[in-house]
Amino acid sequence: MAHAATTAHPPTNTGISNWKLGFWTFIGSECLFFGTLISTYMVYKGKAVTGPYPSELFDVLHTTMSTTILLFSSLAMVIALHAVQHGKKSRAILFLGLVILMGGGFLYLEGESYLKYIGYGLTITSSTFGSTYFVLTGTHKLHVIIGMIWMAILALQIGRGKITARNAETVEIAGLYWHFVDIIWIVIFTLVYLIQ
Amino acid sequence: MSSVGLETHTAHATSHGEETGLWSWITTVDHKRIAVMYFLTATFFFLVGGVEALLIRIQLLRPENSFITPEMYNQLFTMHGTTMIFLVAMPMAVAFFNFVVPLQIGARDVAFPRLNALSYWIFLFGGLYMNASFIFGAAPNASWTGYATLTSSTYSPGHNVDFWFIGLSILGIASLAGGVNFITTIVNMRAPGMKMMRMPLFTWMTFVTSFLLITAIPVIAVALVFLGFDRVFGTVFFDPTMGGDPVLWQHLFWIFGHPEVYILILPAFGVISDVIPTFSKKPLFGYPIVVYAGILIGFIGWGVWSHHMFTVGLGPIADSFFVAATMIIAIPTGVKIFNWIATMWGGSLRFTTAMLFSVGLVAVFTVGGLSGIMHAAAPIVLQQHDSYFVVAHFHYVIVGGAMMGLWAGLYYWFPKVTGRFLSETLGKWHFWTTMVGLNLTFFPMHFAGMFGMPRRIYTYSAELNVEIYNQLSTVGAFIFGLSALIMIYNIMKSARGGERAGANPWGAPHLEWSIPSPPHHYNFPEVPLVKSREPLWNASEREEILAVTMGEAKEEPVMPNPSYWPILLAASITLAWGLVMTGTWWIIALGALPVLFCVLMWAFEPAFPEGH
Repeated sequence: MAHAATTAHPPTNTGISNWKLGFWTFIGSECLFFGTLISTYMVYKGKAVTGPYPSELFDVLHTTMSTTILLFSSLAMVIALHAVQHGKKSRAILFLGLVILMGGGFLYLEGESYLKYIGYGLTITSSTFGSTYFVLTGTHKLHVIIGMIWMAILALQIGRGKITARNAETVEIAGLYWHFVDIIWIVIFTLVYLIQ
Repeated sequence: MSSVGLETHTAHATSHGEETGLWSWITTVDHKRIAVMYFLTATFFFLVGGVEALLIRIQLLRPENSFITPEMYNQLFTMHGTTMIFLVAMPMAVAFFNFVVPLQIGARDVAFPRLNALSYWIFLFGGLYMNASFIFGAAPNASWTGYATLTSSTYSPGHNVDFWFIGLSILGIASLAGGVNFITTIVNMRAPGMKMMRMPLFTWMTFVTSFLLITAIPVIAVALVFLGFDRVFGTVFFDPTMGGDPVLWQHLFWIFGHPEVYILILPAFGVISDVIPTFSKKPLFGYPIVVYAGILIGFIGWGVWSHHMFTVGLGPIADSFFVAATMIIAIPTGVKIFNWIATMWGGSLRFTTAMLFSVGLVAVFTVGGLSGIMHAAAPIVLQQHDSYFVVAHFHYVIVGGAMMGLWAGLYYWFPKVTGRFLSETLGKWHFWTTMVGLNLTFFPMHFAGMFGMPRRIYTYSAELNVEIYNQLSTVGAFIFGLSALIMIYNIMKSARGGERAGANPWGAPHLEWSIPSPPHHYNFPEVPLVKSREPLWNASEREEILAVTMGEAKEEPVMPNPSYWPILLAASITLAWGLVMTGTWWIIALGALPVLFCVLMWAFEPAFPEGH
C-alpha cells in the first residue's frame, strides 16, 4: 500500500488517485456496515426483557471524556499529515504517536466502562441490550485498534524515510480512515448514550 | 455506419514477456488470467450445484420416494441454492467483469490488480471451504436464506450452519473487494474520450452492480456476524425468549437478498445489450434510456425487499408500500426489453449462438418477469409463498435470465479470450438443449406449485396429483444437465482446436475488439482516443484507433509485479474465519495473526517494478 501512490499509472479521469477513490468507496461500504449495526441497536432499544438497562449503567460524563480524547486524536492526525506533506519528519512521528496514544486512552476509558457494565451483570449474552451494545461498540473498538496498528506502521515508515512529502497520500488515506472511525463514534455517542 | 469485420488483421497469438506455467498463474495479477480462473472455477461449481439439483430431481420423480434421506435432501437443496448463487452466477459474472471491463474502457488492468487476485483466491477457498462440509457429512441444511430461529444452535446443533455462515462471510470479502475495484477502475481508468455516456452497456451494468455489491454485502455481513455470535458466543440477537426478533434476520437478509437478485441479473442485461446491437448491425436503441433504466433498477432494488416477507404480517401499510415498489421496478425492466426488441427491429440479424442466447434471454426472462409481477401482489403471494410456483419464478429469472446472458457472453467473448471461436454447431446444440431443458424443468413447476406442492420438502403425497409435473421437471433437468456437458465439451475442444478468430470476428463496435485476439498482456500498446459510442463502426475513427491498438508498443508498458501474497492472504483469511468454528476466543484471536502478517507483507511489497 505504501508504494501505491508512486506508480506509473497514467493520470486518472477524476484527478483523484485510485487508492483514494477506492478507499472512499470502501468507506461508503463501511457506512452501510455500521448503519446496519446501529439500526439493529435502535430497533432493539428498550426491548430487553432482563436488566441491567442502559439508564442504570451509562455514565454520560465518563463517555464524554473518552469521546473528547478520540475527537482530539483527529486533530493530531491532521497535524501529522500536514507535517508529512511539508517534510517535517520528527513532528509527523510525534503526532502519529499522539494519535496512537489518544486511541489507547479512548480504549482504556471504554475498557473501564466495559468492566463496570460486566460487573453490573451486562454481558453479550445477558440481554438484547447487551448483545447489540457490545457487538456495536466492540466492532468500533476493533476499528480503532486496526487504526492504531496502521498509524504505528506509518510512523515506522516515516522514520525509515520510506514515506516523504512525495507520497504523503499514504498518510492522508490513513487519516481518512481515522476520521471516519471518529465520525462513526460521534453517531454512536449521540444515538446510544445521549438519546436514551 | 459501416460495420466491416476486421478479419484482415491477423492476431498476435503470443504476447511478449508473458510467463507461462502453474506458478505464473498462482502469482498472476493480470485481469485476463484472473477472469479465466474465475470462469473455470465457477463452471466447476456449476457442475457441483448441477449434480445436487439432479439428485433432488431424482428424489422428486415419484411420490413418497426414498432415494435420499430427508436430512440429505435438506443439505442438497441448501447447497444447491447457495452454490448456484454465490459460487456460480456471481463469480461467472465477475469473470466477465474482469476480462471485458478494462478492455472496453481502454485500460491496461483494473485499479488494484493484487486486490483482484485476492478476490479470486478468497472466492476459491471460500467455495472449497463450504463444500468441504460434505466430507464431514455436515453440509449446510437450513436453506440458502438461513432463517432464524432454524439456524440457532438450539435447532441446528451440528456444524452445518457454521459452514454456511462462515463460508458466506468469507465469500463476502471477495465480492466487496471486487465492488471497490471495479468502481474505481470504471470511474478512474477510462481511455481519453471514453466519457461515461460512451461506455458500452456491459461496463455500465458492471458499474451499477458494483455499487449494489458494496452496499448490499455489508448488510448480510452484519447479519452473519449476529448469527455467528448467537451460535458461537451465545448472544441473543435472534432469540425470541430473550426479546430477540427472528423477523430482523429476514429484514437484514432480504435487504441484502433483493439487491443480490439485481447483482445476478444486471451483468446479463449488460452482456446482451452489447451482443444484440452487434448481431443486429445497429446501435443499441435508446442507449441513455437503457443506462438510466439500469441505474433505476439498482436504486429501486433497494426498496422492494419486503415482498419476500408478505406472509410475515408486516401490516397493510408496509405491505402496500412494497407492493407498489415491486410493481414500479418492473417498469425499467420492461423498458429494457422493449429497447432490445427495438434494436433488433429492422436490423440485419445474424443468429450466432451468442445472439440466440441473448434473444432466448429476452423471451425466457420475460416469462419469469411476468410471474414476478404476479408476486408483487401481496394477496397472491399468500397463496404462492413457499410453493413450487416461486421456485419456477426465480429459476426462470436466474437461469433464463442471468445464466443465459452469461452464456451469450461466453460465445461472444471466447474468441477474444483464446483467439479461437467456440464451435457454432455445438453451440447451437448447447442453446437448444438449454432452451428445451430449462423450460421443461421449470414450466411444470408453476402447476405443481399452484396445486399446492411446497418447496424444500423432500417428498409429496400421491393424492396431491403433481407427479406428472415432477416427472416432466426431472426429464427437463437431465436435458439441461446434458446442455452443460455440451458446453464444457465445446470449451475444451475449441480452446485447442477451434477455428481461429481475428481481432474483430463479429464486426463489433467496442474497444475490446480493436486489439489482437488474444490480447497482449498489457492490452493496449498505446491507449487510443475514443470519439463516439461505437468507435469501430465509424470508418475514420476506426482507422485512427487501429493504427494505435494493432501496432507494437514503443516501449514495453510497465505492468504490475506478480505476487504470491494474494493467495497467502486469502488462505490465512479462510483459516482465520474457519477457526471461528472452534468457539474458543483465543484460538480465534490467534487466527488473526497470519492475516495481519500477510497484510503487512503485502503492504511492503512493491506493486510495480523498481524505478516506477
